[in-house]
Amino acid sequence: MKRDIILSGVGGQGILSIATVIGAAALREGLYLKQAEVHGMSQRGGDVQSNLRISTEPILSDLIPQGEADIIISLEPMEALRYVPYLNKEGWIITNTTPFINIDNYPDTGALLAELRKHKNVIAIDVDTIAKEESSPRAANIVLLGAAAPFLGLDAEKFEEGVRNIFARKGEQIVEMNLKAFRAGYQYAQKHMK
Amino acid sequence: MIKKELLLGDEALAWGAINAGLSGVYAYPGTPSTEITEFIQQHPLARERGIHCKWSSNEKTAMEAALGMSFVGKRALVCMKHVGMNVCADAFVNSAMTGCHGGLVVVAADDPSMHSSQNEQDSRFYSKFALMPTFEPSSQQETYQMIGAAFDFSEKHQIPVLMRLTTRMAHSRAVVEVGEAKEQNALSYTKKPRQWVLMPVNARVRYKTLIEENKLFEQEAEQSPFNRYIDGKDKSMGIIACGIAYNYVMENFPEGCPYPVLKISQYPLPTTLVKRMASECESLLVVEEGQPMVEEMIRGVLGTPVQIKGRLSGELPRTGELNPDNVRGAFGLPQRETATASQLTLPRPPALCQGCGHRDVYTALNDVLRENYKNAKVFSDIGCYTLGWLAPFHAIDTCVDMGASITMAKGAADGGQFPSVAVIGDSTFTHSGMTGLLDAVNENSNITVIISDNLTTGMTGGQDSAGTGRLEQICAGIGVDPAHIRVVIPLPKNMDEIRRTIREEIEYKGVSVIIPRRECIQAAKRHNAKK
Repeated sequence: MKRDIILSGVGGQGILSIATVIGAAALREGLYLKQAEVHGMSQRGGDVQSNLRISTEPILSDLIPQGEADIIISLEPMEALRYVPYLNKEGWIITNTTPFINIDNYPDTGALLAELRKHKNVIAIDVDTIAKEESSPRAANIVLLGAAAPFLGLDAEKFEEGVRNIFARKGEQIVEMNLKAFRAGYQYAQKHMK
Repeated sequence: MIKKELLLGDEALAWGAINAGLSGVYAYPGTPSTEITEFIQQHPLARERGIHCKWSSNEKTAMEAALGMSFVGKRALVCMKHVGMNVCADAFVNSAMTGCHGGLVVVAADDPSMHSSQNEQDSRFYSKFALMPTFEPSSQQETYQMIGAAFDFSEKHQIPVLMRLTTRMAHSRAVVEVGEAKEQNALSYTKKPRQWVLMPVNARVRYKTLIEENKLFEQEAEQSPFNRYIDGKDKSMGIIACGIAYNYVMENFPEGCPYPVLKISQYPLPTTLVKRMASECESLLVVEEGQPMVEEMIRGVLGTPVQIKGRLSGELPRTGELNPDNVRGAFGLPQRETATASQLTLPRPPALCQGCGHRDVYTALNDVLRENYKNAKVFSDIGCYTLGWLAPFHAIDTCVDMGASITMAKGAADGGQFPSVAVIGDSTFTHSGMTGLLDAVNENSNITVIISDNLTTGMTGGQDSAGTGRLEQICAGIGVDPAHIRVVIPLPKNMDEIRRTIREEIEYKGVSVIIPRRECIQAAKRHNAKK
């Protein structure tokens, strides 16, 4: 089993929390893992990405080669498109549809979504709305993780364990909120997978 | 007991250093090195053992303090980003001359592709010309093991060593097996006291022994478990892969590399291994992160003419970070099939946070300069406020190195520039701005210095700032007239007062300091969350 995952979004949206949960689950399963993060200058409202590789075999490069990623998980639609050259032909794009507009010339959202849908395997999900309705706006990133979970090669309950571990120190309420968010995303993906 | 932990390269290094019996880490924050010191600060053993882990004012004070700790026999670590090497260069180069006593490891985290830096200088050049052994890990696990080996090496040979990371090594996470912590060293003193006094009479003697000892260091590199010669059937090319570049090479050969590969993670360059490869292969490809140091070196090392390929010859890009794709090109392998890049995506540059005090400072400064002083020049510095160059502010004209704002403003004023304004952050001011301010005071230069004080080291994530609470005292102590040290609170409601203050101090013919002071909003958020 091997999954090469690109996580993307805008600095501050919480892509590293998604990576942390996946990482915790992979570690518990005894998988090999490499995760290249972006720190520093690009955090401040700029585009951020993380390369996450998990595998049953040892992993060499911290960076994913172009055309090799199995999944793009993006908290922002334009940021999902930025990394399509990394996606393999059968790869999945799991993206939030709510744009994060902090530049003047941000493209038309309709055009962005239309271009995303041209790709073969796409789950476009409004995680902000689902998070608001089903859990809390703060758990939007975990809704997206839920939507990506069916494609990550591990059972959903492994990620639920990861969510429990990561948020345990913040109290049972926060754990429950994030589990609800995770399940909402997971169910959405189950319904919309071709 | 061995534990498995998910660690950044920085964290693996920090943990390895603690387990190697570290007594002190000395550092100034800088991406991508910051997390090393932060990890040690948060580790329970740091408190239990009294490991020194407070931030230093700058990289030079850090390097010197660590050398002092080594002098009394303890193991010390110095961490910085690559450009910090320029700041501590005097101490660094001369520490190879004094040698060390307790193990002394200097970590420089280079930033090829300039993810968060002003250049992509390669720290290996520093250790090469200082004649200092160097370690360059290729994985997080190797980083953990290597830091212990580096301390042992340093103590065995009584020589400080450089450990070079790059951004990708520092900021990538992997599973690392972590062992137990060794005891710290007891206080002890050197058996070679003369070389610690670098008067010419001693330095001349020491320089010769240092050159002699480098032969020994090279033998160590030939034998090092971190350097490996992996033979291959296809001798049309031999690959020399340094540090993390080894991974990018092997990533392209999932079934095993057909060419001989020399993995290099310890220097001085093991020339015997290089010569073996040159004698057995038709050509050499050098794959190294950063600048073409090894590629340049082996052109001088090899007697027999053999084709050498790498960053200089164009097989690999001359600048920027390596990755599996650009390394693939050097083997003549076809690029992988990829989807076409979208035409819709646009750059999304970083920006000052909404509600940040630097925003109010630039708004006021722009208002004043655009209204009254079309000829103004604004010399800025390294920190979040450098983002003031971008839209919507376009407020600064320069950003060069830590502290350069004040001294460049002074030089420009010396040359007749008016108004000559410096914008510097509080942490950058105490890092390298204070001495420049003294120069300006001594000549009563006609400059206006804005120390935009957010009470923290913001860009690197909010570390303590060395002068917090004492900036007015420091400026007055340096000799700035207290009547021209003005404190304002950068908030939109105070805009009139800030503009008036800036105008008055620009009009004052001499050194004035304006301190807009309001806590970094990211730091404030974290403080509120803790409460």
